[in-house]
Amino acid sequence: MTEQKQEKELLAISSGDAAQPFRWSVGKHGSKFLAELRDNKKLFGVKCPKCGRVYVPPRMVCGRCWAQMDEFVPVKDTGEIVVCTIVQFSFVDPNTGIQRPVPYGYAFVKLDGADTAIPHFLDSTDPDKVKVGARVKAVFEEKRTGSLMDIKHFAVL
Amino acid sequence: MGKKVAIVGFGQTYQRSSRRDVNGVELINEAVTAALADADITIKDIDAVVIGNMDHFEGINYVDMWSVEGAGAVMKPIIKVTTGGTTGMTVAMSAYYHVASGMFDRVLAIGWEKNSESDTTGAIITAFHPVWERPNLGGAIAGLAVEASKYMDNYGVTERDGARVAVRERLHALNNPYAHLHQEWMKGMEVDKLVELLVTSEQNQMLAYPLRMSDMCPRTDGAAAVVFASEGVAEKTASKLAWVAATANRHDFVFLGDIDWDFNQTMGDAAKKVFAKAGIKDPLKEIDLCELYLPYSYGGLKWMENMGFCGPGEGPRLLWDKITDMDGELPVNPSGGVMSSNPIGATALLRVGEAAWQIMRKSGPRQVQKNVNYALATGFGGCSWADVMLLSSKKPA
Repeated sequence: MTEQKQEKELLAISSGDAAQPFRWSVGKHGSKFLAELRDNKKLFGVKCPKCGRVYVPPRMVCGRCWAQMDEFVPVKDTGEIVVCTIVQFSFVDPNTGIQRPVPYGYAFVKLDGADTAIPHFLDSTDPDKVKVGARVKAVFEEKRTGSLMDIKHFAVL
Repeated sequence: MGKKVAIVGFGQTYQRSSRRDVNGVELINEAVTAALADADITIKDIDAVVIGNMDHFEGINYVDMWSVEGAGAVMKPIIKVTTGGTTGMTVAMSAYYHVASGMFDRVLAIGWEKNSESDTTGAIITAFHPVWERPNLGGAIAGLAVEASKYMDNYGVTERDGARVAVRERLHALNNPYAHLHQEWMKGMEVDKLVELLVTSEQNQMLAYPLRMSDMCPRTDGAAAVVFASEGVAEKTASKLAWVAATANRHDFVFLGDIDWDFNQTMGDAAKKVFAKAGIKDPLKEIDLCELYLPYSYGGLKWMENMGFCGPGEGPRLLWDKITDMDGELPVNPSGGVMSSNPIGATALLRVGEAAWQIMRKSGPRQVQKNVNYALATGFGGCSWADVMLLSSKKPA
């Protein structure tokens, strides 16, 4: 048997188009955030009563203080790039199952009034604009469904 | 404080891009067989097994169930541990805890992965939150690229500094027959010339600025196994031992956007903890060798600073002064590291085994010349958590 033949005999079985749908609970705080985004294009964080840190996305517990958080505070739709890159490497997006088109600008954005950042796409792939510290503004989708993707991307100002 | 624990054996498969000739359980068995041979014991001497990988890379759950025949765990206590990139270190820590508890004499830690079986980046993203992160996460490469962006911005670090880390790892890998990437074309070339090539060659594809192909770890099929034994038993089992001096792990965030991008808090704090436990005050002088989980080049700069080997922004100096090369004051990754072999669930356990072998002086062509009394092994996961283990040639006090 030739080596090439042997190689062909080593089989791998494909999973095909198998899919496993999920339904994820987002909780009370997450629901309020997504509903405000969907209905009013408003963004909110939640503030820790002990350390005062404003978390976006909101969650129930500040792990550093071990404190329950219930105070919703508005944050702006403008903010600053904390860290960023321009992605040129394509991969299968597990949420859509399709190869994500490249290139795209990508950053963690700290919204004005928040102390944590959220990851998102940018409207630019210009290395002179996609920079640490650059100012950005959220661009909302016309039709919103109650998802973080109701923010279409951030425009680099 | 529990019993003292030593590593008595280490085994690994040859790390390759695809091992179509074996399935998961057969791959695991290769590493286990090698580790038992290294310790000169049989499977009957093993009291318990800790095994781990990242289920979502193969899409098959419960390796603790289906691997028992290959893992040597039939009718024995076996526990699966899976913690992402740190999995290999967490199985080592867990095996250590088993033995330190006094309830088991010899425990086998196994890590493995067949990354060839799925889209690695797509699978990694499933470790992140489906509602708040996954829709727009840039994947593992972009997650590391953004960390590099901040580090470069803070300290004026350049692409050449990153490339110099890649050159070190790939040159070291040439000495390691088990390594996945053997870039033979680099052999005998000047370091400066190699750095220049990496930052200018169009063939070296840009993935996400500043990371090119050469700045990243590969995706690998492979397995590793390490045998831990208790004091009293270890000395009778093997003549060459590597003692566990201290271990620590740290997590600090819910979402990636929460972290402090200026400083790797978890790596820094876990390292500080193990150094304090061993009474180490000046890590650069007192640690003899590192096997670090560096999935990308800039980790070899920034994280060295965060672990206390040098001050903020001094990582490049440590590197360019050849301190971290094979014959330097602090050799880092004589094995070629993660950037040369990355079977993810096994990757951190390879760090433990490689560090142990350096202490035991069993590393063959990649053995460093100097005596190794303290060797640091680290694991890294997600984009900012750390599991670390400090090994010693001497039984801890």
